[in-house]
Amino acid sequence: MDAASQPLTALRRKDLLGIADLSAEEIVLILDTADAMREVGQRAIKKVPTLRGRTVVNLFFEPSTRTRTSFEIAEKRLSADTLSVAIGTSSVVKGETLIDTAMTIEALGPSMIVMRHSSSGACHMLSRICRSGIINAGDGTHEHPTQALLDAYTIRDRKGRLQGLKVAIVGDLLHSRVLRSNILLLTRLGAEVWVCGPRTLIPTGIERMGVTVTTSVEAAVKDADVIMMLRIQLERMQGGFFPSLREYFTTFGMTEARVSRAKEDVMIMHPGPMNRGVEIASEVADGPFSVILDQVANGVAVRMAVLYLLAGGAEDEAAA
Amino acid sequence: MKRLLKGGRVVDPAAGLDGVFDILIDGDRIAQVGSNLAQSLAEGGSVITIPAGLVICPGLIDMHVHLREPGQEHKETVATGTASAVAGGFTAVACMPNTNPVNDNAGVTELILRKAAEAKLARVYPIGAVSRGQKGEQLADIAELHAAGCVAVTDDGHPVATALLARRALEYTSMFNMPMIEHCEDQSLKTDGCAHEGPRAAELGLKGIPGAAESIMAARDILLAEMTGGHVHIAHMSAWTTLEAVRQGKARGVKVTCEVTPHHFTLTDDLLAEPLAYDTNTKMNPPLREARDRDAMLAGLKDGSIDVIATDHAPHHYDEKNVEYDRAPFGIVGLETAIPLVFDRLVHTGLIGVARVVELMSTNPAKILSIPGGTLAAGSLADITILAPDLEVTIDRARLRSRSKNTPFHGWTLRGGVAATIVGGRIVYSNPESGLQLDTDHA
Repeated sequence: MDAASQPLTALRRKDLLGIADLSAEEIVLILDTADAMREVGQRAIKKVPTLRGRTVVNLFFEPSTRTRTSFEIAEKRLSADTLSVAIGTSSVVKGETLIDTAMTIEALGPSMIVMRHSSSGACHMLSRICRSGIINAGDGTHEHPTQALLDAYTIRDRKGRLQGLKVAIVGDLLHSRVLRSNILLLTRLGAEVWVCGPRTLIPTGIERMGVTVTTSVEAAVKDADVIMMLRIQLERMQGGFFPSLREYFTTFGMTEARVSRAKEDVMIMHPGPMNRGVEIASEVADGPFSVILDQVANGVAVRMAVLYLLAGGAEDEAAA
Repeated sequence: MKRLLKGGRVVDPAAGLDGVFDILIDGDRIAQVGSNLAQSLAEGGSVITIPAGLVICPGLIDMHVHLREPGQEHKETVATGTASAVAGGFTAVACMPNTNPVNDNAGVTELILRKAAEAKLARVYPIGAVSRGQKGEQLADIAELHAAGCVAVTDDGHPVATALLARRALEYTSMFNMPMIEHCEDQSLKTDGCAHEGPRAAELGLKGIPGAAESIMAARDILLAEMTGGHVHIAHMSAWTTLEAVRQGKARGVKVTCEVTPHHFTLTDDLLAEPLAYDTNTKMNPPLREARDRDAMLAGLKDGSIDVIATDHAPHHYDEKNVEYDRAPFGIVGLETAIPLVFDRLVHTGLIGVARVVELMSTNPAKILSIPGGTLAAGSLADITILAPDLEVTIDRARLRSRSKNTPFHGWTLRGGVAATIVGGRIVYSNPESGLQLDTDHA
């Protein structure tokens, strides 16, 4: 039996830069592995020795609470030595370039660098010069692959599949890295993706990514299996993208009335942090269809799976 | 001293020449173009035999170059920029005023001209600023700039800030028969964009610059040129809608001319994703646009609506480009990649002939800027480019003469090169790989 026909047991790549690089088979491998990792989180002692002796650096050039803590917990559960570097305490404020900062971290000998940065493509740049594996924890308005993976995991966990589901993604499409990663992942696994937001927040040409674009939130959510909300950053209003938060909520906000147009077993998702009363009504966020906190919990399992598989997965354990 | 270029295909649309001729050079001028001129060397002189397959044409003129001196000598100097120019076959360049300090006064113009005279390579024609400090508020001393040697004005890097200032500049420059060169960009539409607004930018998460940001400004200036009778030259056109605006202006008899760069007729924004995602050498302003735009540029080159090919040679230091995509400066070097791209993409594809290349890269820039050159007619300056249309060239950034190496064409193999460059009768560049072995005349 040749290697190509064997089932995939590891990500044979150094980095996770984006969903764009992953095949459907690799995505499924990550989701399947996350199942086993979730089980670790349900034990009394939530720790396995998988990444013992390896160092993972979390390099965050943008503020982040949930993604960073989620990665930190995932790393600790895998027994990695972890270190988080946040902007403000780093050399960047002294005028150091990203490459110099990364090379300095690299010289300390980590196995992996988890990075968030405000510039699209920043992780791609580092991946070309670093020996350490780079995990993209969000680059500008480009990708946020582990968010899309945990979203897919959450959907699959509830629905048993992604194929054929109607997923409506509603909100600020223009500035969302979560959107791009989700479009890539969901379309690759056969979901039908609708995207919706005010015309001023729809990127020119986004339909070429294989989605249905609409400005009617009613059309987007009609018979949807999943409604995924995107955060409205409050400063966008100052940028003139829409007239007022009140008008945004009345036109695009996810209310119970709008949710009632979706399927009976619809799932309501949000990557957080939420603006209650702007993109989502509290009754919906806290209502029976909401899986928002499940997403957070699943994030740890999915990130454990990514770290484990990039580190070599079962192949690496066999070799050791 | 007399020199005879013997044989070789001579292409000079201004003089109506396209055939095998001898060219007799006497000192810094062309004495005669004709057949069998060898006997004119009776009193002495040298003969340069031109191998078959090479093309002799009036010296190429690049009317859009950033030489960066004064103020940014870490990117380029007049000396390194003109070395790059002659290696690219250009006998003359016109340099943009966005130096530090800005070329908005005779002192800066004179400095540039002095540096060019010291370098003794390509001729340098400075372009002055439209507005003092390029701030878009008050006209620069344009009469003084003209007297000092500036051949046009522009606020390149930025558009002329307001319609009123553009109107005044067009009126004022018309007194000196100088064009106003416009970097067309509505900055309120551009915002802080860094890539062409379209599916590629959407997918890569890069902020877009719509084609309309360029076309709106071009339309404004064409209307103002029509109103004032001034001459507007649209720099580095990239959007198909801009070309449409130029065509409409020309059809109405407006004094409007335009240029396109080799990268805008060669590349599209697909290069931002592959082969090297987020390579900052794909970041320029205006940005690489879609196939529709690129194809429109090719059509405009063929049908005559585009007047000039200019490189927008924009050197940047390695450190400046070695940063995040959205933080990198706009621009690429272009002087040494222009001829290979022009021949490979335009001539060998059958789109245009060599005579049209000469028109786009020599005859027309000379006319637009009212400078010498653009022809080989007897009595003209002996500014001559010898081209090797079939020479296979592999672009190697390490071999570029420019001080900066920011090119997206590294590693490209193209058909078309430069054999030699002659400025004022002096051989300032020779490429032995072309089959023409010449000793350059040292200063």
